[in-house]
Amino acid sequence: MLRAESLRVAFPGRILVDGLSLEFGAGRVWAILGRNGSGKSTLLRTLAGLQPPQAGSVLLDEVALHSIARRHAASRIGVMLQEETTEFWGTARDYVLLGRHPHAHGVFGWSQTDEGIAAAEIAAQNLGALAGRAFTTLSGGERQRARAAALFTQRPRIYLVDEPLQHLDLPHQIALLERLALEATQGALVIMVLHDLLFASRYCDHFLLLQGDGRFDAGPREQALDAERLSRLYGFPLDAVEVRGERLFLPVPPVNKGPHV
Amino acid sequence: MQRGLILCLIALFAVAALIGSVAVGSVSIPAGELLAAFSGKASGPVADIVWKLRLPRVAAGFACGGLLALAGTLLQVLLRNPLADPYIFGVSGGAALGVLLAMLLGFGAAIQSGLGLAGAIGASAAVFLLSFRGGEWNPYRLLLTGVVIAAGLNAALSLILVLAPHTAVKGMLYWLMGDLGYAGNPVPALLVLAVLLAVILPLARMLNVLALGRTKALSLGVPVAGMEILLYVLAAVATVTAVLVGGTIGFIGLIVPHLVRLLGLADHRWLLPASVLAGGSLLVVADAFARSLWAPLQFPVGVLTALLGVPVLLLLLAGRSDAAR
Repeated sequence: MLRAESLRVAFPGRILVDGLSLEFGAGRVWAILGRNGSGKSTLLRTLAGLQPPQAGSVLLDEVALHSIARRHAASRIGVMLQEETTEFWGTARDYVLLGRHPHAHGVFGWSQTDEGIAAAEIAAQNLGALAGRAFTTLSGGERQRARAAALFTQRPRIYLVDEPLQHLDLPHQIALLERLALEATQGALVIMVLHDLLFASRYCDHFLLLQGDGRFDAGPREQALDAERLSRLYGFPLDAVEVRGERLFLPVPPVNKGPHV
Repeated sequence: MQRGLILCLIALFAVAALIGSVAVGSVSIPAGELLAAFSGKASGPVADIVWKLRLPRVAAGFACGGLLALAGTLLQVLLRNPLADPYIFGVSGGAALGVLLAMLLGFGAAIQSGLGLAGAIGASAAVFLLSFRGGEWNPYRLLLTGVVIAAGLNAALSLILVLAPHTAVKGMLYWLMGDLGYAGNPVPALLVLAVLLAVILPLARMLNVLALGRTKALSLGVPVAGMEILLYVLAAVATVTAVLVGGTIGFIGLIVPHLVRLLGLADHRWLLPASVLAGGSLLVVADAFARSLWAPLQFPVGVLTALLGVPVLLLLLAGRSDAAR
């Protein structure tokens, strides 16, 4: 579905990811893990075609992404950026409807289909009562849910989401992850940048671990996730524990300080 | 539906403003004679005043105000800055330098316009090229470059005002404040306004998306770089045209888009036509006051737009302090 070929992603003066050749197949849920500044967001934006790679290329359905019309790409790839605007001219409903832009045919208005999809996604995010409110008056969590509603309103087949859980309370975090997982079971590809190891190991089946210096590890859960590798990735000791048959990774408490009383 | 109603009300206001300002002036024309003159039945001085003096001036004022409001709306999208004003990219300063130089050297109206056009194009092209370095567009650099170039041009203008003979200074000041007295034939400006609207209205939904920020808009399929250049060019053409018609009339371009948004039309599909109508009619009303308040003395209309526009916007802001944002 989406393929990276000898991809090099860099920040001025620093190579973040080098030689990444990876097939991101349909139905998979990928997590990109790494420390702050390791290039997770930059890689995600590159995979979305929002910024050019320093070398190599990204292919969408075997066609180079940079040669595809933006509008067509947008009808296939939905992006949730880590930082999106908090300023907006209209209501929450106006905001969510903009997700239909890549699909809209009429010059001016929205079709019944567009309105219907937006209304359904607004309801799915528990925003029904807030739909008529000015976007700027929403709380941080409500704004994040409006962004999620706009993303699903776009009806992409590839979801590239950067820290989608930010500002959300626990039930809404789980609801969003369940929804993304559901999209994947229906044939979508999901790639997300996450900092939460619990949710990453529970909801993602493939992992891309960025060292931040060009090196990376990639693979399915059993192969990519172990305590030693994660400890090295984060530069912080982690333990694997088994809880109700689920393997979790917990940070080891600092030795000589112990828990604060 | 509610938005349609607001747009209709603004359109009605525009019609009333146009008819009303043909009627008032140093000679006020009663409704019956006005109707007769419009229908072409009347002849003589009233028909001459209506057809040869008032109507061209009112039409020019409407085009000028509409163009300024349109430019302001487009620039506020382009720069994502509520303080964006049609004059930030040096158009006014460049045009003023050309026109005042022509006035200083004693040239006539045609050469004044020509030099004004050259100045406006020169200044806005300079701002554009300086801010578009390395193929990467940066709104902040555009804003700063525009402000710096405008400041430089202002210094040059002050120098001309100091050097100019006393008799010429008053005309220069009128031009600088904005005055529709020398507007001339309104048809070219109206045509430019119509063409610009025809180009940008079908792209209104894209402007809505562009307000989400460059990267997000790109991810939703908007060709961001192309749109930004288009917005710049359209806004520059609108501003240059308006300045050549009425001098540097202030406040319309800054205030009208906010006014219309505060009335509830923030969606660009509604905001664009409503801004043009509101900008045009506001300028026409201001000019009617400028012509008639102390008739036969005539004010530069730019003074009136500020005097009218500022309290209206402040009232709306005070009334909608929470709802607006």
